[in-house]
Amino acid sequence: MSLDNPGALAAHIQAKMPGAVRSSQVFAGELTLLAEREQILALLQFLRDDPACNFETLIDICGVDYPERAERFEVVYHLLSMHLNQRIRVRIRAGEETAVASCIPVWPAANWFEREAFDMFGILFSDHPDLRRILTDYGFEGHPLRKDFPLTGNYEVRYDDLEKRVIYEPVKLVQEYRNFDFLSPWEGMTAEIPGDEKAGGSV
Amino acid sequence: MADTAHIIEEDDRKFTLNFGPQHPAAHGVLRMIMDLDGEVVTRVDSHIGLLHRGTEKLLEYKTYLQGLPYFDRLDYCAPMNQEHAWCLAIEKLLGTEVPRRASLIRVMFSEIGRIMSHILNVTTQAMDCGALTPITWGFEEREKLCVFYERASGSRMHAAYFRPGGVHQDLPQRLIDDIAAWCEQFPEKMDRIEDLITENRIFKQRNVDIGVVDKKTILDWGFSGVMVRGSGIAWDLRRSQPYECYSELQFKVPVGRHGDNYDRYVCRMEEMRESVKIIRQCVDLLAKEGPGPVLHSGGKLAPPRRADMKNSMEALIHHFKLYTEGFHVPEGECYAAIEAPKGEFGVYLVADGTNRPYRAKIRAPGYPHLQAMDHLAKGHQLADVSAIIGSLDIVFGEIDR
Repeated sequence: MSLDNPGALAAHIQAKMPGAVRSSQVFAGELTLLAEREQILALLQFLRDDPACNFETLIDICGVDYPERAERFEVVYHLLSMHLNQRIRVRIRAGEETAVASCIPVWPAANWFEREAFDMFGILFSDHPDLRRILTDYGFEGHPLRKDFPLTGNYEVRYDDLEKRVIYEPVKLVQEYRNFDFLSPWEGMTAEIPGDEKAGGSV
Repeated sequence: MADTAHIIEEDDRKFTLNFGPQHPAAHGVLRMIMDLDGEVVTRVDSHIGLLHRGTEKLLEYKTYLQGLPYFDRLDYCAPMNQEHAWCLAIEKLLGTEVPRRASLIRVMFSEIGRIMSHILNVTTQAMDCGALTPITWGFEEREKLCVFYERASGSRMHAAYFRPGGVHQDLPQRLIDDIAAWCEQFPEKMDRIEDLITENRIFKQRNVDIGVVDKKTILDWGFSGVMVRGSGIAWDLRRSQPYECYSELQFKVPVGRHGDNYDRYVCRMEEMRESVKIIRQCVDLLAKEGPGPVLHSGGKLAPPRRADMKNSMEALIHHFKLYTEGFHVPEGECYAAIEAPKGEFGVYLVADGTNRPYRAKIRAPGYPHLQAMDHLAKGHQLADVSAIIGSLDIVFGEIDR
């Protein structure tokens, strides 16, 4: 059983899982569900097991940071059904202190994806068996993909020839990183280049 | 007394081994802490991130065009395939159509990348199992493909050739002819490599029934690409969710039967033969359809022609603005995936309407594959571990990002 268009699939999920889905939207042909954080495990379980959804493969889990929001993080799940050849995206909101239920019981593959989201954003996952850092250095401090983490990081590493070991020291920049403001009112060029008629058609 | 001696003897069998991060069979900088019972692996704890460069953070601080070359540096065995996913994501948000000729060129170079990656994987896997000759034969062919990369883009590896809206420059006809000539001789070279490996007794002993992947493993651990096809599931994004012009090209999707290392090896060899067929079709179509634009010309994606810049002030401004400010991508989010040589490579892009991505998540196929290492290697002999790593086809550029 397959529901051909994403809108029908969204209606089906909302009918079967009332209270778990806050809203749904279809953008660029992709279905996105905004879900309730408390219900996420039940929702993912449903998406995997329901014959019309059948999202058996977990493609990705990632975080997105919106520091101006009260609950600053979004956790985004990408799912794929190889049998029905359809994809879905599920988003939930999470704060710095609020834990998201780990979905390792549904897909063991969630393990590293959740560790990465913890490492990069500091998003907490409850009942995760092994919530260690994964990509950053041993003993790293901070969460690099947060918007308030500097691009250059806080420490730099080098081999000290006198001490004969690798040492960590605060980042020293010879030149500041140049972050240009491109949000000017001038919006670049339009499709046809104005003024070209002056070139006399030689172009 | 006798009892304690017995216990000590039991404990002697169990030990912990540190594998890597500098080990020729680790395919890069993989560090694994392995618990062994005698020679049998009981637990594998992979430590990754030794090649972490913060690509996703860097992408948030670059314009869309400046971000593109970072994708070459992910899976450096097949650089253009990664660029492809980035371009597709941007084009999806912009709603841009790629010119026909650019689409054919993209497919052609995607398949060249697939062959480059598979040659590297197959021959190094053979090397992990003790065969030293295939890699020398394979790399001779691979080097020729690198030269095609160089002639198209100016760089052997880090091409930055696919651009949002098309490809950077058109190919000269002589290059297309040379690629066609290469396609004629490559299957014979593959036969010679297959003569060495396919029926080789040692290679078979090391790979048949090792690292068996069943359907449950595939679904539980988020596998894609050859890891799925080796187990008999015909899942290929080029076929099931076609992008570019794959839907009109003729090719087969080879599948294995047992899902072991050996079947995956055979799948990769067959896939290379299919890729050669696709390249040939692209060459024919490029000749048949003749010259045309290779970059989307409307809007602000492509730089103006050099001749225009001599005559038109606006064209000059456009050029300057494109390479400093870049183009703006409308607000929205999308996920674009391609069938990379190693599996599903995807880019999740969140745009906020400025000239830089708000968030770009790179979904690398090797990441879930390596994660399943503990599951796959458990109960195998220590010597099988390097064969399984070779068969997973992992590259640390994309896993660590």
